[in-house]
Amino acid sequence: MADIFDAYALADAWDEMFVRPGEVRTAYEPVLAALQPIAPSELRFKADQMARSFTDRGVTYAFAGEERPWPLDLVPRILDALEWDLIQRGVGQRVRALEAYLADAYGPCCAFEDGVVPWRLLLNSPHFHRVAHGIEPPGGVRIHVAGIDLVRDEAGDFRVLEDNVRVPSGVSYVIENRRAMTRIFPSLFAEQHVLPVDGYGHRLLAALRAAAPDGTADPRVVVLTPGPNNAAYFEHALLARLMGVQLVEGHDLLCRNNRVWMRTTRGEVPVHVVYRRLDDDFLDPLHFRPDSVIGCPGIMNAAMAGNVTLANAVGNGIADDKLLYTYVPDLIRYYLSEEPVLPNVESYRPDEPGQLEAVLDQIEQLVVKPVDGAGGQGIVIGPKADPDTLERTRKAVIADPRGFIAQRPVALSTSPTLAGEGMAPRHIDLRPFAVHDGNDVWVLPGGLTRVALQEGNLIVNSSQGGGSKDTWVLAEGPAERPASVGSGDLPEVAPRQLGPDGTTTVVQEGAQQ
Amino acid sequence: MNDVILSRIAEALTWTGRYVERADATGRILDAYLHRMLEDPWRDEDAACRSLYAILGVDAGAEPVDMQQVLDQLAFDARSTGSIEGALGAARLNARSAREAVSSEMWECLNSTWHALADQRLAARRTGPYAYLELVRRRAALFFGLADSTMSRDDSWRFVILGRSLERVDMTVRLLSVRVLDAAHAPDWPTLLSASGADEAYARVYGGFGDTPRVAEFLLLDRDFPRSVLHALTTAEECLTALGRPRQDPARRPIGRLRTRLEYLDSQALEEQLPVLLRDLQQACMTSADAVAERFFPYQGAVEWAQEGA
Repeated sequence: MADIFDAYALADAWDEMFVRPGEVRTAYEPVLAALQPIAPSELRFKADQMARSFTDRGVTYAFAGEERPWPLDLVPRILDALEWDLIQRGVGQRVRALEAYLADAYGPCCAFEDGVVPWRLLLNSPHFHRVAHGIEPPGGVRIHVAGIDLVRDEAGDFRVLEDNVRVPSGVSYVIENRRAMTRIFPSLFAEQHVLPVDGYGHRLLAALRAAAPDGTADPRVVVLTPGPNNAAYFEHALLARLMGVQLVEGHDLLCRNNRVWMRTTRGEVPVHVVYRRLDDDFLDPLHFRPDSVIGCPGIMNAAMAGNVTLANAVGNGIADDKLLYTYVPDLIRYYLSEEPVLPNVESYRPDEPGQLEAVLDQIEQLVVKPVDGAGGQGIVIGPKADPDTLERTRKAVIADPRGFIAQRPVALSTSPTLAGEGMAPRHIDLRPFAVHDGNDVWVLPGGLTRVALQEGNLIVNSSQGGGSKDTWVLAEGPAERPASVGSGDLPEVAPRQLGPDGTTTVVQEGAQQ
Repeated sequence: MNDVILSRIAEALTWTGRYVERADATGRILDAYLHRMLEDPWRDEDAACRSLYAILGVDAGAEPVDMQQVLDQLAFDARSTGSIEGALGAARLNARSAREAVSSEMWECLNSTWHALADQRLAARRTGPYAYLELVRRRAALFFGLADSTMSRDDSWRFVILGRSLERVDMTVRLLSVRVLDAAHAPDWPTLLSASGADEAYARVYGGFGDTPRVAEFLLLDRDFPRSVLHALTTAEECLTALGRPRQDPARRPIGRLRTRLEYLDSQALEEQLPVLLRDLQQACMTSADAVAERFFPYQGAVEWAQEGA
């Protein structure tokens, strides 16, 4: 019988599962062994069942105006303990360096004085907010949650593609993907030692409570959402539920005397930490966009007065600007005196002397990205672009060199993905999520693996029709388990009371005459 | 007209409530345990299965135990009222024998559930037990929802709710007992909370931080959470009060005594008192259930034959 991997031909990239055709990587052996005997129709059945359960539970996203079930592929993506150790260290280091940069940029500006980063990077960044200047956040934390996008290049090395330290989203799908996979493939998990992902809510709440203004005895944390029409509303609701805190919209809050309150049936209740899931621009019409009503007027003043903590901090956008990205390895050396654990993708800065010409000369071989684009928008992939697009891009870069960076195209690694009746290689990336509580940067084991469902496509965003995979981090071995206490004897628990089973039988005593 | 209720019917209604609650609780416990076992990279399947058996009062035997065996015994075994299928089968037969006292919708719910189980059991072999366990939970919720919305608040209804409450106390106490008495093989706090359907309710109160005193306090003492022991005891007591004799009720006394003890318990002292308290709770439930049987369903007594004429 033909199996689903028969027609699997490796793409021109690093394959996550196979070294070469037919030779599987060690970490994937059990998964391959479990998947191979499954008939395509059975896989389709499982996929449909999973989609239905996502729809039932409202785990959906908007695609072209339609509510679709979250696209989770059945083949997991696996990271072994060594790979994960590298990623975890690299992500933690990156977050610490970016924290240092933010504290510096909104404070003494040493890195600019010392010439590590040019002043203009700060001064003409659209995300630099003067109102954030001089706010000293509790514990010095501005990046409570970070999502660092990684890709794996042709040689199998992980590289950082971009940093997200404003409002990184997607962690709810990590949690939902795992829940779905353990239900659809219980047998697969039974043979693997996969690190759990269900500690996220606790970690996040602990970090947010630690970020409360000094002297708050029992801080009240809320999640601020733009509302049910937002594409990520499902995630906002899940996070609030996991943490057991209120999910508020802007008009549920009010500010008075530089303090934030929420309107409840018991009157106005003070709020100390706002995990906001809307952009700076919409947060406070008094300071940012006066035409927007989804934020809360006065919340910035309360934050400046130190009475409420906004997580993540306002103005973080200067640290995940794609031009700043090109300086992060230098920032790691400058602030931490360490060598970067994870390299960048080689990049050009058109706004530097000489580099604009270099970019224009080989634009058909480069990827050109707007520095503040989100969700894969505006990216031009030189080798795949038609002459018109290239010409337009060339003009755009000349007109605004600060607005773009250019990178060497990386053939993202591929992973077997269910396509039609069998498996086909599709490009993937990885977004690990980090939580910073002031002492420690904790990285959720795994992260969101996104997959480009179109053959050859390199853009994996779900807004562009991308899918996802459950990401497994394998534990090193059973020896690591935290020591538990207690005797080996099981306790005596009382036997259970049993009632009639409903088929009462009449016992006759004596005989009738 | 219907101001009295047959003992036989009262007994059937009580056990219908108990068995549906048992199926529901067992489904929750199995789901939480199986899920935890899959997600825990350091799992020890045999030990976890044994702790499950201990909770449910089943002898695990000497051979190593695995998840399939647990499912066969605690979910799919139609011959034992300690398993989901057995409990639902018994609930169905009990409800059928009290057909005139339960509403048609309640009876149909149990009957269609019973018939739907076979299909889901087959599907469980293919894709895992999740859908099966979910079906059980949903149908149990439907059953009690129908009891709430289609039965008069008369004695018949009280017997159903009394049965549910006694079983609920029993199951929660079982879960806590294993955790308290045997930390090595016990479920961790998140598992315990989700096995009691309490994870989200707990997070709203405590923000998701679990430790022994807090979780035990929530599952035992929370006034508002319907699956807490205090809440279930209070409901059981209310049913017994309405059902009868205001003074010297041997069914109500053990329940009321424990309810009061919980109401006034110093939560600081809860942890050290737990082992004794849990044993007493279990004992009180059994004593009360026996007293209920003795008082309301006394027909099990010897059959008397009166001969007329010679």
